[in-house]
Amino acid sequence: MAFGVGLMVRGDYACFTRPEMKSERVSYDVMTPSAARGILEAVYWKPEITWVVDRIHVLSPIRFTTIRRNELGGKMPYGNVRSAMKGGSPPAVFIEEDRQQRAALVLRDVAYVIDAHFDVKGGDANTAKHKEMFERRARKGQCFHQPYLGCREFPAAFECLDGDAPQTGLPPADRDKDLGFMLHDIDFARDMTPRFFRARLQNGILTVPPFAEATA
Amino acid sequence: MSEPVRNRHEFVFLFDVENGNPNGDPDAGNMPRLDPETSYGLVTDVCLKRKIRNYVELAKGNADPFEIYVREKAVLGTVQGRAHAAVAKEGGKKADLIKEARDWMCAHFYDVRTFGAVMSLKENNCGQVRGPVQLNFARSIEPIVPLEVSITRMAVATEKEAESQSGDNRTMGRKHIVPYALYRAEGFVSAHLAAQTGFSEDDLALLWEALASMFDHDHSAARGKMSARKLVVFKHDSALGNAPAQKLFDLVGVARATDPDAPARAFADYAVTVNKADVPGGVTLIEKL
Repeated sequence: MAFGVGLMVRGDYACFTRPEMKSERVSYDVMTPSAARGILEAVYWKPEITWVVDRIHVLSPIRFTTIRRNELGGKMPYGNVRSAMKGGSPPAVFIEEDRQQRAALVLRDVAYVIDAHFDVKGGDANTAKHKEMFERRARKGQCFHQPYLGCREFPAAFECLDGDAPQTGLPPADRDKDLGFMLHDIDFARDMTPRFFRARLQNGILTVPPFAEATA
Repeated sequence: MSEPVRNRHEFVFLFDVENGNPNGDPDAGNMPRLDPETSYGLVTDVCLKRKIRNYVELAKGNADPFEIYVREKAVLGTVQGRAHAAVAKEGGKKADLIKEARDWMCAHFYDVRTFGAVMSLKENNCGQVRGPVQLNFARSIEPIVPLEVSITRMAVATEKEAESQSGDNRTMGRKHIVPYALYRAEGFVSAHLAAQTGFSEDDLALLWEALASMFDHDHSAARGKMSARKLVVFKHDSALGNAPAQKLFDLVGVARATDPDAPARAFADYAVTVNKADVPGGVTLIEKL
């Protein structure tokens, strides 16, 4: 891959929420391709390119912990803003009236290596430029916004990976594992349809199939 | 309004608690939050954001453009009677209207500009604002040992209770406290997202002010004595930043100043070191507290 990049990310917590368990969040065992793409885009992205995640190396053991928080139950109806803009009463949300306690089962002490490349969709087809800009930023710790591991309260520390990914730190029993169906990414072109793939860890590495092969 | 923030920032925020409960865990009967594996105390990001919102509401009196959108009932101020400048134009594309509504919310509400908000729409949920300020969970420097304090009450609430007490009318209650703990939180301010929401230099100054003073306006029977102890801000020369965040966070170290085998009971038991010598080029270290 002439324009492949490697990025090492780590953090104290992570929550890659399973879409079927969104109210009481439960994280997938490993990072989803969609979350990995978000991290790459936080470091560098231009409308001309699309990031494609090839492999996710799982470097540390998969451990969970639970956190329960007070959260807001609803979202603000758009109509409230519109009416306020026309001079109605200002919109407000009262947390006491719409409070939900939600538990989240989140990952602890995660570390991954994201192997990815990008496709140029149009415009400036100078792949070397994009690759160098990404790597320059990753090396200096520069980013558009601090990347995060599934939720913004779990920031990700990132560094550019030169050379090969380190050996997985997974216990031998977990290195080859069927993770079941996992979210690949959201198909924004087709009305935000989520697409799934069969995720398998092989020697601690999750190989991501092309998005076109993922099932909606 | 001043200019939107043009520089990336990171910050390290240290605060402590004395004989209080900084953040109760709903899963554990309101005991102080603990990481069960290490016994380190935790304070969630949303707990700190709530306090920032409450401080801004107090300091600015919920006046335009510093209104607070997610509010606590306790300070329901003067909501009525303020008419807003209407910028709505009927017609136009739905997407334009959504963008207009989003910009309007950012222009008037401090917490939407700072932390973002989700506005739902009829067809598709995309009226989202991502705010520039990101906070992580605050964690205690050392493991904490919460105490459970039993207290008595000399009166009862209902007749029924009085009967079951056979006239003694004394009941027991419980409080959970942390005798002492120093917590460390870290945060990020993205200049690019600030440009998108109009988060300005004034707003940033208000954020620092809120972090420094918010505990002074949040006293309650449960909290004990909480104080902001240190706020170190790293200002990058550019919007993208000039150094990795984790390297900057490592410049602020907290160690025990007294015998580490004895439990810490005061801020003086800790020594905070700010390594100014190793600040990378293009980054300015500012000690706000």
